[in-house]
Amino acid sequence: MARMKFLCDADRCIECNACVTACKNEHEVPWGINRRRVVTINDGKPGERSVTMACMHCTDAPCAAVCPVNCFYTTADGVVLHSKDLCIGCGYCFYACPFGAPQYPKVGNFGSRGKMDKCTFCAGGPEADGSKEEYEKYGANRLAEGKLPLCAEMCSTKSLLAGDGEIIAQIYKERVMKRGYGSGAWGWKTAYRETIES
Amino acid sequence: MASFGRFIRLAVGACAFLLVIAASVPCNAQQVNPTASSVKEQQLLQELNRIQGRVSIPDQRSGVLEQPAGRDWREFRNVTLRWIGGIGILGTIAVMVIFYLTRGMVRLESGRSGRTIVRFTAFERFVHWMTATCFIVLAISGLNITFGRPLLLPLVGFETFSEWSQWAKYAHNYLSFPFTIGVVLIFLMWIAGNIPNKVDVDWLKRGGGIVGHDHPPAYRFNAGQKAIYWIVVIGGGAVAVTGYLLMFPFYLSGIEGMQLAQIVHSIVSVLFIAAMMAHIYIGTIGMEGAFDAMGTGEVDLNWAKEHHSLWVEQEQAKGHTPSGSTPRPIAAE
Repeated sequence: MARMKFLCDADRCIECNACVTACKNEHEVPWGINRRRVVTINDGKPGERSVTMACMHCTDAPCAAVCPVNCFYTTADGVVLHSKDLCIGCGYCFYACPFGAPQYPKVGNFGSRGKMDKCTFCAGGPEADGSKEEYEKYGANRLAEGKLPLCAEMCSTKSLLAGDGEIIAQIYKERVMKRGYGSGAWGWKTAYRETIES
Repeated sequence: MASFGRFIRLAVGACAFLLVIAASVPCNAQQVNPTASSVKEQQLLQELNRIQGRVSIPDQRSGVLEQPAGRDWREFRNVTLRWIGGIGILGTIAVMVIFYLTRGMVRLESGRSGRTIVRFTAFERFVHWMTATCFIVLAISGLNITFGRPLLLPLVGFETFSEWSQWAKYAHNYLSFPFTIGVVLIFLMWIAGNIPNKVDVDWLKRGGGIVGHDHPPAYRFNAGQKAIYWIVVIGGGAVAVTGYLLMFPFYLSGIEGMQLAQIVHSIVSVLFIAAMMAHIYIGTIGMEGAFDAMGTGEVDLNWAKEHHSLWVEQEQAKGHTPSGSTPRPIAAE
């Protein structure tokens, strides 16, 4: 089985936000929620860098560890998913997540927290693959159709890579070899406890 | 001819050299790292333990790119807190059981007199029970968040546990308001009797008389009750403030503030629960005649004399005579 991961080649990200838009459109993500976002560090200054970030589908995921109702599960492909039927919207996964992935629609008590929403690696949820219920709650299940996440698929500079960890790491290593530099796989050490030598 | 041959060789060699140079110049240019001066992930994490930047989407708080501090919070929530809560609460229960088995109920030395004296007015009792009811629901629904997953979930299954936890969360959120009002009212209406004084030092030196048959003098509230009062006021205030920080995310604090708020909220809560169990014990099966104070609002005169001798003197000096065989104090006034 594959071990699905995201890899942002930060030397190539041009902050076009196409990944953000593609994700919102593909999954009809509710207003106010962004499953993926592009963060620009040192914006407008020397040393500026943009990185696109969503749920990293961590190894030993912190969200799953702290969830009071145990609503998370990891698929055979290493994708971290959750059940919105079980989620109580307590906010604990958000406190634990290193990447700010979990978000809550403002529908719960006092408009604070409804059922948590996050990136699914385009793999839907616990409902039957491709079902209407699954789409309404979690968005499209592209993985079940044999496709990879749309954000990476349509990245204009191929900065964002999504797929089996070993394959995308190999692609990244080849790039670094060829161009002679690389800034490392952002978030990998925190998410997967490993880095790519570059 | 030999010199011409040397010239050709030289020319060819020079051309070849130039070609190598020419070819290598753009090659070298490609090797230059255009982002060499850019920020590095590990360097940023070492400096601040978080990486933050600008986002062009309206949700500005999503500008935090990485915050590995969540790992420490996870350790606290899953391990440290469970130990603190487990030891605090089970330890209190153990102490109470041992105490009850060895000391038993603190009896009225001189039995009931049949005459009573007003200890708490209807309003005081209403505030007490409103706060107490909210506290019990808040405590159970809060403990469910920390201990429900390992203890209750395996017994009832995912769906039932989620359904119950959802309702527990609603109760926790909504009942926080009457609880907070209760804490504020308790603070205001009993502050006068709860300022520590010299009598408390003596009371504490004699261990409150709880061991043996000693009855150190006390005004309306003894040192033990004053301790409970300040635990409720300070502890209740702390859980209310931190609770609202968690309930209204991002109004006042960012993610690191909420992690800290949860740590304070949960530690204070489990210790608060342990203290309140001791309070419930002494107010019910721990002491004969004590429950009447919050039950009917009137305590037996002998109970008052044994546990709050100075208070009884004050009340009698004010002309608040005990009722029972004699007409009620309202009529007497």
